[in-house]
Amino acid sequence: MLMHTDRMGATAGSEAGRQGQPAVQLDGVTKRFGNSVALHEAWLKIQPGEFMTLLGPSGCGKTTLLNLVAGFLEADGGEIFIEGTLVTETPAHQREIGIVFQNYALFPHMSVANNIAYGLKTRGIDRKQIARRVDEALALVRLDGFGDRKPRQLSGGQQQRVALARALVIKPKVLLLDEPFSALDKNLRGSMQVELKQIQRELGVTTIFVTHDQGEALSMSDRIAVMSAGRIRQIAAPGDVYRRPADRFVASFVGNVNVLAGRLVERRGEVATVSVGDMRLEVPAAPLAKLAIGDDVDVFIRPEHLAVTSGRTPGSLCGTVTTQVFQGDHIDLYIDITGVARAPVLLRAPGIAALSSCPAGADVGLTVGSDDVVAFPPEAREP
Amino acid sequence: MKRSPANMALRWSGRILVAAILLFVLLPGIVVAITAFNDRAILAFPPQAWSLRWFWRAFSYSDFGRGFWNGLTVTLWASSIALVVGAAFAIAIHRYNFVLKSLLEGILLSPLIIPHYTIGLGVLILASQAGAGRGFPLVILTHVLLVLPFVMRSTFISLENLDGRLELAASSLGARPGRILLTVTIPLLLPGLLSGWLFAAILSFNEFTATLFVSSQATQTLPVAMYNYVREFADPTLAALSVIYIAVTALLLSLANAFLGLGKILNVDAH
Repeated sequence: MLMHTDRMGATAGSEAGRQGQPAVQLDGVTKRFGNSVALHEAWLKIQPGEFMTLLGPSGCGKTTLLNLVAGFLEADGGEIFIEGTLVTETPAHQREIGIVFQNYALFPHMSVANNIAYGLKTRGIDRKQIARRVDEALALVRLDGFGDRKPRQLSGGQQQRVALARALVIKPKVLLLDEPFSALDKNLRGSMQVELKQIQRELGVTTIFVTHDQGEALSMSDRIAVMSAGRIRQIAAPGDVYRRPADRFVASFVGNVNVLAGRLVERRGEVATVSVGDMRLEVPAAPLAKLAIGDDVDVFIRPEHLAVTSGRTPGSLCGTVTTQVFQGDHIDLYIDITGVARAPVLLRAPGIAALSSCPAGADVGLTVGSDDVVAFPPEAREP
Repeated sequence: MKRSPANMALRWSGRILVAAILLFVLLPGIVVAITAFNDRAILAFPPQAWSLRWFWRAFSYSDFGRGFWNGLTVTLWASSIALVVGAAFAIAIHRYNFVLKSLLEGILLSPLIIPHYTIGLGVLILASQAGAGRGFPLVILTHVLLVLPFVMRSTFISLENLDGRLELAASSLGARPGRILLTVTIPLLLPGLLSGWLFAAILSFNEFTATLFVSSQATQTLPVAMYNYVREFADPTLAALSVIYIAVTALLLSLANAFLGLGKILNVDAH
């Protein structure tokens, strides 16, 4: 009993921080289902209090990774540590992990208060303290006075808050969120994201968040692990994932991007120069290490990094506007650049000036107004 | 749109067919119910004079009373044992993958295809080999075998509708497997378990063929007592008993439906 209250008193973050251990550590964790590899040697270190997002399309292995951390699945290889303790073989009920499922998985036969109290009762905490902590948890998710309701009497957003309160009330070492917003309508989703992020920061609880929505990932995370086909492709802060994607998959999965045909012109240390039509651009050299000068490359440019020039200026691209899409605060222009891009290039023009200056059919010049351009070998050459 | 004559004919022949099927299903019950009120001491239809005296006879004939209580004893024990055993097997088969899993499932569901008299005869032979008397345990054992598949099916359906994430959530909250079973799984399976128990009880109470083999004069259930009665007498007492029986069963099922939501369970609806 004493031991319990002691541990509950300290926040998970500070305890782990004292020991200087990552909150969660995966060392080459592999999971197979039959012959298919769901997760291939995942290496990941999550710091105490960090909000780590696992981002990827369905079937990429992100939920498998989450279930391995939760203890719902057994790893076929590698080790998992939570706060420095080896838990690879530890059953789920001893891992002290909070989880919020996509469908919330509230116990339908229990009241809201009993749902939240469930994890406290399993720990043998006395009634008075349970009542107090349930009330605190309800207040935390702004559901004071809802304790006596049944889950089915609540809206989707309210159910999600109960699920969050139920997971947090046990002061988990790690909070796992499995696509928690996908069942909510769009407006509610936004406000729940802000609220969740606030609560997470306030409590300093280490969080692993699984999503296929790159917008959610970019706006909420401290770091993102982008996954595809059972592998972690890149682990980096949202800005870095967006600006410096590690490979073609990350570049095209996170955010909108135009792919233009180019040629490797020069390589100097960490920077390479590529040409796209008459335009020359500097890109990180590392992804192009295996190519020779003069080889074809694919150049990835974000829509907001392209700008329209008035006349034909040297070192710019020429194209024809095919479609204008008015988006309110900006205009999406689709521009046909024959010989450079197979599909019309998307350009995001701020303001509404482009509405009149770039009508469909107009010939325009294009320049790149950013250093955040990356290039990768053409698809066939990818190992 | 105007309906063509052919279309109309099709509609009407459909309705007549449905009516004919309903009549076919209900006819035996209707005939028996009317016969029960016949004043004469023969099973004749339609009755010439009316009386309630066979109902009085049904209640006062001592073999029926004893058969009723015997049947109730057997039914309560058999359906309750089948509930525990069947639910446990259903959960095990649903949850775990093991060698011969489908074989075990097949064996447990086999009473559905093996005739009742085969089971009755089999149990009787085994019992005499083992030197066991034809007491209540033997009748109860036979009934457990017969009703097990129904409890298992009912539990299976409830398990299919149970969201596995509820149990995962409970385990993440620190609950051991036993605690999850008691606080999450069983409470949520309860409607399915109760309806399975109810079907088992009705089947067991009605069961005749296998019971005829394994029961004795002391342990005979109501259907067996009725069979023995009809071999001696040919008056409408059995018809009266049938009417009582149908009325009581209908009442019990209506109550069960009202309080347990039987229809919801049978329609495989989780929420």
